[in-house]
Amino acid sequence: MTTPVTEPAEVPAPASDTLLTVSGLTKHFPVNRGIIFRRRVGLVRSVDDVSFDVARGETLGIVGESGCGKTTTARMLTRLIEPTAGQIIFDGRDITHLRAGAMRPLRREVQMIFQDPYSSLNPRHTVGSIVSAPFRLQKVKTEKGTKKSVQELLELVGLNPEHYNRYPHEFSGGQRQRIGIARTLALRPKLIVADEPVSALDVSIQAQVVNLLDDLQSELGLTYVIIAHDLSVIRHVANRVAVMYLGNLVELASREDLYKRPRHPYTVALLSAVPLPEPAKRTAEGGRERRERVRLVGDVPSPLNPPPACRFHTRCWKAQEVCRTEPPPLRELAPGHQVACHFPENTPAA
Amino acid sequence: MALWRGRTKGAARDAAAPTVTDESAPATSAMLDVQDLKIHFPTDDGLVKAVDGISFTLDRGKTLGIVGESGSGKSVTSLGIMGLHHGTNAQVSGKIWLDGEELIAASAARVRELRGDKVAMIFQDPLSSLHPYYTVGYQIAEAYLIHNKVGKKAAKQHAVDMLNRVGIPNPQTRVDDYPHQFSGGMRQRAMIAMSLSCNPELLIADEPTTALDVTVQAQILDLMADLQQEFGSAVIIITHDLGVVAELADDILVMYAGRMAEYGTSEDIFDRPAHPYAWGLLGSMPRMDRARSERLIPIPGTPPSLINVPSGCPFHPRCAYAANTNGKSFNEVPPLRAVGPGHLAACHLSTDEQRRIWGELLAAQLSAADSDQQREDA
Repeated sequence: MTTPVTEPAEVPAPASDTLLTVSGLTKHFPVNRGIIFRRRVGLVRSVDDVSFDVARGETLGIVGESGCGKTTTARMLTRLIEPTAGQIIFDGRDITHLRAGAMRPLRREVQMIFQDPYSSLNPRHTVGSIVSAPFRLQKVKTEKGTKKSVQELLELVGLNPEHYNRYPHEFSGGQRQRIGIARTLALRPKLIVADEPVSALDVSIQAQVVNLLDDLQSELGLTYVIIAHDLSVIRHVANRVAVMYLGNLVELASREDLYKRPRHPYTVALLSAVPLPEPAKRTAEGGRERRERVRLVGDVPSPLNPPPACRFHTRCWKAQEVCRTEPPPLRELAPGHQVACHFPENTPAA
Repeated sequence: MALWRGRTKGAARDAAAPTVTDESAPATSAMLDVQDLKIHFPTDDGLVKAVDGISFTLDRGKTLGIVGESGSGKSVTSLGIMGLHHGTNAQVSGKIWLDGEELIAASAARVRELRGDKVAMIFQDPLSSLHPYYTVGYQIAEAYLIHNKVGKKAAKQHAVDMLNRVGIPNPQTRVDDYPHQFSGGMRQRAMIAMSLSCNPELLIADEPTTALDVTVQAQILDLMADLQQEFGSAVIIITHDLGVVAELADDILVMYAGRMAEYGTSEDIFDRPAHPYAWGLLGSMPRMDRARSERLIPIPGTPPSLINVPSGCPFHPRCAYAANTNGKSFNEVPPLRAVGPGHLAACHLSTDEQRRIWGELLAAQLSAADSDQQREDA
């Protein structure tokens, strides 16, 4: 079922333009009951057999609805949670089960931007101490001294370096997110995993942060894995897009391909559900025409008890018997376009 | 009208107690007429002018979208119309006529009578606005019981009907469920059922879909549009998502720093916006319906503090065209003036200049997107 993208861990990948390779990544959370006799009563299949790779300098976007496992994936990539199965190869090294001590040098290279700029900054620390924390923890001595480096970082993300001694509450949401970004950049990481970096921000500020991420990428040659639920933001930032549904990767394609010719029915539905900033046409009676759109019924099923075989079959309008019995493999239907569906859309009749 | 059923008691009491606000009648026959609404909060740091002179009208069966960034006064406006600033230290002034009845000077008891009956509200976060201790059915039936002379049994049956109306499967059994047994989308449906249970004439939806996933959001927006047609209520939808207002609204009010920046039909706002703030909002969103452009055009800076609103035009520190106004932007508050039929904007730029700049901006955005697209295709 996994795609044959994996290289053996110890062998440096021959094509070294792949920075991150993930194969068969799985995370199951046990659900336990009882105080004295703990027994397992269920298993939340948050992420199930997810494989993809990320090239140096590119941006991979991961989209999906809440509960689809995007955040769990991000946290596994940064090793904030332990994968149940699968393999993560970063820069030619297998980091799947590295212990905390062995992981520490790698933390310089993989950093994370968090969603909520209010809870991800310690309110009792000054901006200076927040942004310099990575230097302190990694015992890095910078050439010009920590304070100078921090001020340069603040300037890099568009903050006033004189705000070094201020506290997070003195900043607005967008500025706080910039502080978080300055902190991630402190150690010049190779890979930045951003979990919903702009979803807590207002539209006008969102655009500022998106442009900032863009500039930093071209300036510092960063590689991003950006997680978002907003498809229009992902279209703007990502080179390639992975769509997740209930723990599965259902489609992975280049941005152009995915937005022009989505093949998985779920992607089609997701794209057509986005409200467009264009007033709907008025009908003759003065009412509004309803936009043509694929309407999904119901909610995402619980990952505690996901539907068998294709997990999307309960909400899919194309579902047939085979979708209930056989899980669709992730197949490459066009160059660089992988889809896990028995009856993909936008495909010339086979 | 059926909407008036069971209201004789309240109406009689009103006739007995003369209203205080007879010196001026509503200017229009619209169902909701808000004139110069101001809501100020005195704080230790100074006076927060959360809403500073808002006027709009809304007819039956129509939808008004109020858009703006956080802190622009959208929610405070809606709470003001609901009369929910009673008993707080808010200083509310202005006039709100609902069907010819003035609400700001009305007694708290009278406002309470209207609330939930003629005016209802859908809140943003369905989890924190449903009471976890009571069943969904009880919470839906509660308002119906209070505002109508019916028994508990009939009220519960009404709750079942309402759940059915908003598309909850098995309403007979789900009516006895607690909010935690519902998913996010179902909770929002239950909220909608609750707000519609008394067939309100005015429904205020404050960010009704912000907490929801995009496929569920589409379901809820469809549902709201269907129900509006069925019930014929007037709807105010408050959101920061321009896509959502484009989907539902007939008229749009753009707020900035507690004031009206622009007010017009949705075609006015989306096709010929006149205020630089509206240009900024439209330019900063990534557009799925257009070719992808390499850069977004953000509005520089951040929204101002409402304690210390910039002098002159509140938007001038972030406005690229403030210099084009002979310094007026810096010390003179721009009046709201007509830039087209029924289309108002509070901006010192002349109408011709606004048209010229928007034309240029739009052309630049489209051509940038096209050339980026071509480069990508090549």
